[in-house]
Amino acid sequence: MAVELDSVTNDVLKVIDSEGFKQEGAYNLRSNGTPLCHGDTKNIKIKRKEDRPGIDVYISGETQGEQVHIPVVITVPGINDVVYNDFYVEDGADVTIVAGCGIHNAGCDESRHDGIHAFHIGKNATVRYEEKHYGTGGGTGEKILNPVTQIYLGEGSVFYLDTAQIGGVDSTKRQTFVELGINARLQATERLLTHDDQTADSDIQVEMLGEGSSAQIISRSVAKGNSRQTFHPRAVGKALCHAHIQCDSIIMDKAHVCSIPEIDAEHLDAAIIHEAAIGRINNEQLLKLRTFGMTEEEAEAVIIENFLN
Amino acid sequence: MLRVEHLSYEVSEDRRNREIVKDVSFTVGDGEMLVITGPNGGGKSTIAKLLMGLEEASDGRIFLDDQELTNLNVNERAQAGIGFAFQQPPAFKGMTVERYLGLAAGEPLPEKECCRLLSGVGLCAKEYLGREVDATLSGGERKRIEIATVLAKPHKLCIFDEPEAGIDLWSFATLVEQFEKIHKEKKESLILISHQERIIRMADRIMVVRDGQIESIGSNEEMIPRLFLDEPGCTCLEEKGEDGCGTGFRNE
Repeated sequence: MAVELDSVTNDVLKVIDSEGFKQEGAYNLRSNGTPLCHGDTKNIKIKRKEDRPGIDVYISGETQGEQVHIPVVITVPGINDVVYNDFYVEDGADVTIVAGCGIHNAGCDESRHDGIHAFHIGKNATVRYEEKHYGTGGGTGEKILNPVTQIYLGEGSVFYLDTAQIGGVDSTKRQTFVELGINARLQATERLLTHDDQTADSDIQVEMLGEGSSAQIISRSVAKGNSRQTFHPRAVGKALCHAHIQCDSIIMDKAHVCSIPEIDAEHLDAAIIHEAAIGRINNEQLLKLRTFGMTEEEAEAVIIENFLN
Repeated sequence: MLRVEHLSYEVSEDRRNREIVKDVSFTVGDGEMLVITGPNGGGKSTIAKLLMGLEEASDGRIFLDDQELTNLNVNERAQAGIGFAFQQPPAFKGMTVERYLGLAAGEPLPEKECCRLLSGVGLCAKEYLGREVDATLSGGERKRIEIATVLAKPHKLCIFDEPEAGIDLWSFATLVEQFEKIHKEKKESLILISHQERIIRMADRIMVVRDGQIESIGSNEEMIPRLFLDEPGCTCLEEKGEDGCGTGFRNE
């Protein structure tokens, strides 16, 4: 029987789970530092860890096109939630994992969630991982999210990593580490919006160990107000491989954006490219949209929305 | 009807004012096509920008039908019924062509309508709808999409600043057909800034601008013999020289 959720939790879930969270299929909802409800399927089993907070998710090779939803919601101020989630994906599986964390903080104490996720992917599997972070609530307490993501990708597997921070998070320190085996492929897309006095740091390290492995890392961010962002994507080629890092940021108001793409080749046949650009919204773009009848504010919002889309 | 009265525009350069547009007055009737031509740097594009409100006039007044536009900003002029295609359209990272056309139309457009607009400017719609309006498109592709944005909804007056620039010969023929079609329907007044003979010949009236002033303006019948020499492809704004060829400008 489904657990009844309060309206605040439901509202946060609507934002962080774009696929629509339902207590059906494979799912695990963590609320205010404790597991609230979970479900398994024939191919996907979720087990609670016994030695520390978190879950182990076992995805069988029979899984084809299934989704797993593992959102985290914090609605009580003052909670410091640390969780360790491990994913074991068997050879040949095809799965979409929808994670995400939303903090609603209406109080004056800091609320924090540190999600440490490790993915152990077998051969020839396809994994789509979506993670949306969001902060809301009118309190003065900070909303802090520090995700750690470790991905170990087996031969011929593909991992689509799609992370988004869509506003309201006061501070985030994101650390991502990926190891790619033979012919494995990573497609990482990071979208980030900061405003007011928020800070965001993102470190991504991708190590291409297997011959024929490849990675594409795309980061798009918008920094408003007095916010500060630092990106440090690093691609390391240790075999015949190729990688492309692209960081684009829009800077506004009195924000500060620092982008430090790093490429590191340790093999003669490693081909790695990086691009990074930071700039304000182009006046020509604003004028063009204003010729459609939009105000300057409306045009600016459209540009940001599409840039981060 | 567009009515422009004593329009001027000056900029400050090295502590001196320089007049880019000098006391320009003209009208464009309902459903009329006016082509503004003349040498590069003469002030044609500046006049277009002043009409759209992209630049602020130093002096003069602009009316569209009975509404005075002089003190309206860009978006207010757009709402009053002016559409504008830039000579060098900007790129929008993350914006799909489909979304862009929907924004231009003021509402999301069905795929069929997007396809109609894109094919009207010589693009195969299925290849473009999902693509981003960014640097992955060539200048010519962005230019054609730019023209499609103006065609995405009805206007009282459409301004196209050098629509032919950056467009290949094959697409140019399609574009000319599109302008001919709009002109034939007589629903919208058109101002085209152009150096292209085929476009100039389509005009109801032609205005030659040089050094920020109207050098001449008149009907198609009056102006065509004065502008074009006998040599095909040669466009001339001045009298023939001793060698028999004009000293004006040549088609691109």
